[in-house]
Amino acid sequence: MDPIILFFLLGLAAGLLRSELRLPQAVYDFVSILLLLSIGLKGGIELQKQPFLDLAPDIVLTLLIGLLMPLIAFPVLTRFGRFARADAASIAAHYGSVSVGTYAVAVAWLATRGISYEPHLPLLLVVLEIPAILVGIVLARGIRSETRWADVAHEVFLGKGIVLLIGGLLIGWLSTPEGLESIEPLFMDLFKGILAIFLLEMGLIAAARAGSLRRYGLFLIAFGLIMPLFGSLIGALAGWLLGMSAGGTMLMAVLAASASYIAVPAAMRISVPEANPTLSLTASLGITFPFNVLVGLPLYWRLAEFIHHTL
Amino acid sequence: MAIQEDYRRKLLTVITEAALETHLTRDLNQLGAPGYTITNARGRGQRGVRQASWETDSNIRVEVICDDETADRIARHLKERYYDNYAMILTLCDVEVLRPEKFKS
Repeated sequence: MDPIILFFLLGLAAGLLRSELRLPQAVYDFVSILLLLSIGLKGGIELQKQPFLDLAPDIVLTLLIGLLMPLIAFPVLTRFGRFARADAASIAAHYGSVSVGTYAVAVAWLATRGISYEPHLPLLLVVLEIPAILVGIVLARGIRSETRWADVAHEVFLGKGIVLLIGGLLIGWLSTPEGLESIEPLFMDLFKGILAIFLLEMGLIAAARAGSLRRYGLFLIAFGLIMPLFGSLIGALAGWLLGMSAGGTMLMAVLAASASYIAVPAAMRISVPEANPTLSLTASLGITFPFNVLVGLPLYWRLAEFIHHTL
Repeated sequence: MAIQEDYRRKLLTVITEAALETHLTRDLNQLGAPGYTITNARGRGQRGVRQASWETDSNIRVEVICDDETADRIARHLKERYYDNYAMILTLCDVEVLRPEKFKS
């Protein structure tokens, strides 16, 4: 078994057993900053080798996925889950957006197996992060005048995740290879170790959701399991349509399957305050993140292979 | 013992979600708070436990020392604007200060 997955299980077990183990928030912040920068840098370095305009279809299709996913999730949540409009919109936005943590684990999963993937996927990660937030707000409020769109834009485009990812991309893109060598030990060589600490903390955070899981019941659990499977199918098909390799196709599946827990909760809290944040975070952190990391990744790899062999 | 005249001010303490920090400080500036102090906080309340292990899960504690009218204005505004949808508690108490001119808006 992959050691980083075991770190996640350790955190999960420690949390469920109510261990005293807690990482200081500063550690979590630092580790997530490093992960975001590493992913951005890696993408930026590879993008140097590629003409930018070729990426237009990929970006457009990814934007479409981000717009589509919440629109599909929303009616399911209101009709079958009987959620209030604001709650359904907020959950839908979480599932339309992405989880950088899940993406990082997927990248490490591919690296362990020596499988390559398209270098511009970090860019698509950024692209997919944003549209679902806007769709979620519109679903909750309609396009009413009282939404302060300037505030929303500030929240969305200047959130920590986007700034670090785009910042990393730009730094990687603008730097000379010799210059990058000097920072590689921290950002590239230590990537898996940092990811391990991150997953330890994610295990603790996911375990803390167990209580609300019991309270909100079966529908949320079912939704948290089925939505990523559906998303992975959409993502994998998109990857295949764009002519990506099997590795890239898998990462597209992972992007579409994952649910946000950083950018979207922050934006929703401000823009759709009446939505209960416990619902969406329970689904995305308590169910979908563990599912994707523990069960989803090998599944999405098989899906990517299957699509490449049969279509 | 009073050190000088007019030494009483109000201490307004707000404990709320860290997500509100930017908006809250903007409101405080607009409502004429002469200054504020923010500390990270964690705890448990009606809206569950906040362990402050990561950003979405943290609280802040905001303290403002100001004159009665400003305190009243801030308290009313926060109650109206945030009480319904956010985890927030707000308390007021009298404090004695050494430099009253510092806490006038």
